Amino acid sequence: MSELLTPSQTVGPYFAMRLPWADGPFVVPEGAPGAITIIGRLYDGAGNVIPDGLIETWQADPDGRFAHPDDPRGPVPGGYKAFRGFGRAQTELDGSFKIVTLKPGPLPFGDGQVEAPHIDVSVFARGMLDRSVTRIYFPDEAELNEADPVLRAVPAQRRSTLIAAAVADGLLRFDVRMQGDQETVFFDL
Amino acid sequence: MTVSEQRAPGRGLVVPETGELALPTYAKPGPGNHPPLDYPGYKSTALRHPKQPLVLLPHRLTEVTGPLLGDSLITMQDADLTTQHAGEPQGQRIIVFGQVRDSGGRPVPDTLIEIWQTNAAGRYRHSREHHPAPLDPNFDGIGRAITDAGGRYRFVTIQPGSYPWGNHYNAWRPAHIHFSLFGRAFTQRLVTQMYFQGDPLLAYDPIYQSVPDEKARERMVGQFSLEDTQPEWALAYKFDIVLRGREASVFEEAHA
Repeated sequence: MSELLTPSQTVGPYFAMRLPWADGPFVVPEGAPGAITIIGRLYDGAGNVIPDGLIETWQADPDGRFAHPDDPRGPVPGGYKAFRGFGRAQTELDGSFKIVTLKPGPLPFGDGQVEAPHIDVSVFARGMLDRSVTRIYFPDEAELNEADPVLRAVPAQRRSTLIAAAVADGLLRFDVRMQGDQETVFFDL
Repeated sequence: MTVSEQRAPGRGLVVPETGELALPTYAKPGPGNHPPLDYPGYKSTALRHPKQPLVLLPHRLTEVTGPLLGDSLITMQDADLTTQHAGEPQGQRIIVFGQVRDSGGRPVPDTLIEIWQTNAAGRYRHSREHHPAPLDPNFDGIGRAITDAGGRYRFVTIQPGSYPWGNHYNAWRPAHIHFSLFGRAFTQRLVTQMYFQGDPLLAYDPIYQSVPDEKARERMVGQFSLEDTQPEWALAYKFDIVLRGREASVFEEAHA
């Protein structure tokens, strides 16, 4: 038995009435030990910023684990109490967004393979009838990135669109481009 | 003991013999179930859809888990949009209720639902909204609820209005309520809109019509229910929401 799904529709221009939360961008509280900040901008196909977008992130904790019944390992006891795993940020008038989080750990993938540390990202906006899904990888994980089974499935010349740039200590940049020469890689989930 | 004997339906587990993780995967939507990202009838899609081919993302730990956001976000008034101010809002009081389940028919419990909508006059409470219809000081048009153990939810609100938009000449959105749902996994995340049975504007709305499969489209239409209508008080609309369901399991090593 398999029912039809409720179809996706756009978040439209007015989602900011409800969806942004005051602590949305803070996967961990600002100033938490080991916190990193990821900044970026969302661009449309004309190279203009998208000022009415919503970015959501979901990720493992620094041990590569999830507080969720489908990760049967669960978090390491005494692990990361203030860590929510989930982040939500609306884009500002200049298309910018910011997420404060902890760097996730590597994850078991099966067959002895390992997934490099990554953050799953959903992009929503007016003009998007469904979300677009991408991933953030980390620039200081060259070796694990090289072996990552998901990155390896991405055409080599496009992989760099998925790897955040180091800006300063604890500060990374990840821009999202919906179209164009540097179009971000999006996934079929 | 075999894996199938140990595993609660659809739950991940560690297989003792191998130390691998058995994870659920989620069924792909059928063709035409979701709208295309590039839909010329809705002009704003033109510059906001990916043009390169999508890359297949296997369902692994990050995809089969998701935020389980509990009641800490919710207050009593959140599910009743008519009692968030000192006075009562203008308009037709309605009850919007239903069940969240997956495509295998399993209820989705304890999942956050967030809604937003216009007031009775078709006006959103938003700084960038310029439709010349009155705001209602007693109506914000935003709500939250958590599904119960059976996946059920219930909002009390006001029948939203229709409003014009700039997509094409004489374009009007059919009355709708925006719904945002998490489900239990990243794969199940859904943002949709609930429409109203019998709305003549549905036939002309490119956002509604963007869903190719007519039967899937109808899933977005709340159905009037006389049985659930409360005498002398409020009309009721039933809106069940179906998220992606689980299929087989894959195995992963627990100790990377």
